[in-house]
Amino acid sequence: MAYVAVKGGEQAIINSHRLIAETRRGNRAVPELDIDQISEQFGLAVDRVMTEGSIYDRELAALALKQAQGDSVEAIFLLRAFRTTLPRIAISRPIDTGTMAVRRRISATFKDIPGGQVLGPTYDYTHRLLDFSLAEKSDPDFVAPVAEEPLDDNAPGVIEMLGGEGLIEQETRSREDTAAFDLTRSPMRLPAGRDQRLQNLARGDEGFLLGIAYSTIRGYGATHPFVGELRLGEVSVTIVPEDLGFAIEIGEITVTECQMINQFRGTTEAGPKFTRGYGLTFGHCERKALAMALVDRAMRARELGEDVRYVAQDDEFVLSHSDSVEATGMVTHYKLPHYVDFHAEVQLVRRLRAAYEAACSRAAAE
Amino acid sequence: MKRASTRPAQGYNFAYLDEQTKRIIRRTLLKALSIPGHQVPFGGREMPLAYGWGTGGIQVTASIIGPEDTLKVIDQGADDTTNAVSIRRFFEIVTGVATTERAEEANIIQTRHRIPETPLQEGQIIVYQVPQPEPLRKIEPRETETRKMHSYAEYGAMQVALYEDIARFGYIAKTYDYPTLVNARHLMSPSPIPKFDNPKMESSPAIQLFGAGREKRIYAVPPYTSVRSLDFDDHPFEVQKWEQCCALCGSTTSYLDEVITDDNGGHMFVCSDTDFCNTRQREQAQAGEADDSAPPTALAATEIPS
Repeated sequence: MAYVAVKGGEQAIINSHRLIAETRRGNRAVPELDIDQISEQFGLAVDRVMTEGSIYDRELAALALKQAQGDSVEAIFLLRAFRTTLPRIAISRPIDTGTMAVRRRISATFKDIPGGQVLGPTYDYTHRLLDFSLAEKSDPDFVAPVAEEPLDDNAPGVIEMLGGEGLIEQETRSREDTAAFDLTRSPMRLPAGRDQRLQNLARGDEGFLLGIAYSTIRGYGATHPFVGELRLGEVSVTIVPEDLGFAIEIGEITVTECQMINQFRGTTEAGPKFTRGYGLTFGHCERKALAMALVDRAMRARELGEDVRYVAQDDEFVLSHSDSVEATGMVTHYKLPHYVDFHAEVQLVRRLRAAYEAACSRAAAE
Repeated sequence: MKRASTRPAQGYNFAYLDEQTKRIIRRTLLKALSIPGHQVPFGGREMPLAYGWGTGGIQVTASIIGPEDTLKVIDQGADDTTNAVSIRRFFEIVTGVATTERAEEANIIQTRHRIPETPLQEGQIIVYQVPQPEPLRKIEPRETETRKMHSYAEYGAMQVALYEDIARFGYIAKTYDYPTLVNARHLMSPSPIPKFDNPKMESSPAIQLFGAGREKRIYAVPPYTSVRSLDFDDHPFEVQKWEQCCALCGSTTSYLDEVITDDNGGHMFVCSDTDFCNTRQREQAQAGEADDSAPPTALAATEIPS
């Protein structure tokens, strides 16, 4: 075999792009997916991509999923790379989830809540049995019954009800005078403020956060969580244009919000009370919202004067490793050629082995 | 030199980044040049390339490149490795600038893992892609700690790490990403170049810029600045040496890659810098035509299809 330079050329890359496009399309006898089908029928995948991709745009998220063959992490990457080129026209006012048009709202801490528990759309109480009827090409009429009366559109947060007694810490008010930290414009700063932590968690990989959250309840963290409230619904987004001076509504988004209640024994300065962890996502991402709220609370350890003993409480550890786009890039970059540093190491190992073999033969001679 | 055949991509700004972002990065670069070797945080943007694949270098290049520039992109010293091809194509698409494989023709060279063998000149800028800008990271994983170590120029831990090698092996067993002290003040990662290339950084006439995308850090070495590789008086810094010469051009002074030639353990050594190697082969061929007694070159290097 003669020496052939094993280096990829331009043509190889172009051919590889053609091949992946062909692979993505799959069998041409099967009709091609369109963006609406993905957006409508793979709604939860779209919601995850929007949340971690940090753009609220179902169409783009669906397109990204189509382009990525359904790989959510790849789709999130595509959306982020698009987002980075967009101009920033305005910064919205904080959304008010108290005025949410609620579709689902549950509390695990009170049996009944003003406005009622609303189960809404959930897989929670389905039995995870494969429904073979879905494999057939029928289009059964899935229409859920509608309640006789609409829900009250002013549903205050459940855990505010504990506020009066001083049982739970007050919600941190957003400060209108200071801009919230923005990780997409500034590098991470440590120790991180809560705004920076929450933004990082909202963009963070669901699987990573789920694992970290899980660790806190299995002994690697001192959380005793209760779901104060989990709600899903639509909220309006408002901005205050500078030349107008008053707020105008620019649209409506679907969000999932989780208010987690955690026990706190108190310090000498602050008496015992419940503390909060907070989770918020675009669309319907309950698992993510719950995990986010748990990890948010765990990372508040230092601020609350608790010992920092576990990874979930270590903001530098969690924040540095939560982002799927960052993690994917760094882990997969080992696919890139490393001949230069590898051969530097080969040379070193040869030198070490020569010394080792010399030592062995010396020992054998003695 | 090759003019990009395509016009800059529609719908994107020249060199992909918006002008505001480029200005932020240029300001960061000026700060970095003013404090040689100091890592300056910057609001790194998300790029259409994966982190670890050159996002920092691309952002630096995108911020400094203009329509009149000539760009060279190398990875492992070679212009035809996949990632170098991919990044060069990116800049052809988003800027339409001229590209070249000749180190002396380029005024911006973006690199991963090597410094060209051809000495850099005044007026050239070399942009290094950096995966981990913090030279102390393997010793201290916490940013909050390493920041303090830099503030106090507290680099004893690195000297101890090198000393431990000497105690164990009799020499410093660090082969690439070998720590340097810049301007007698800041400990700096030279990026994962082999230590063979470290001496090329010392008092280089070129501007050296380093971009780390994931870590959102930029640092720089201005021209004619001291870049000293750490060592000990009784264990001076040494670079790699080979018993072989390049099988293609016969060079005895360049960094060599080992290439496996068959499945019986056969191997040979060739220059990692393809431009350097090709140029030498061309010169030898010309000299050979002039003088038939010269031996023919071993093998022609594979050209990338255009």
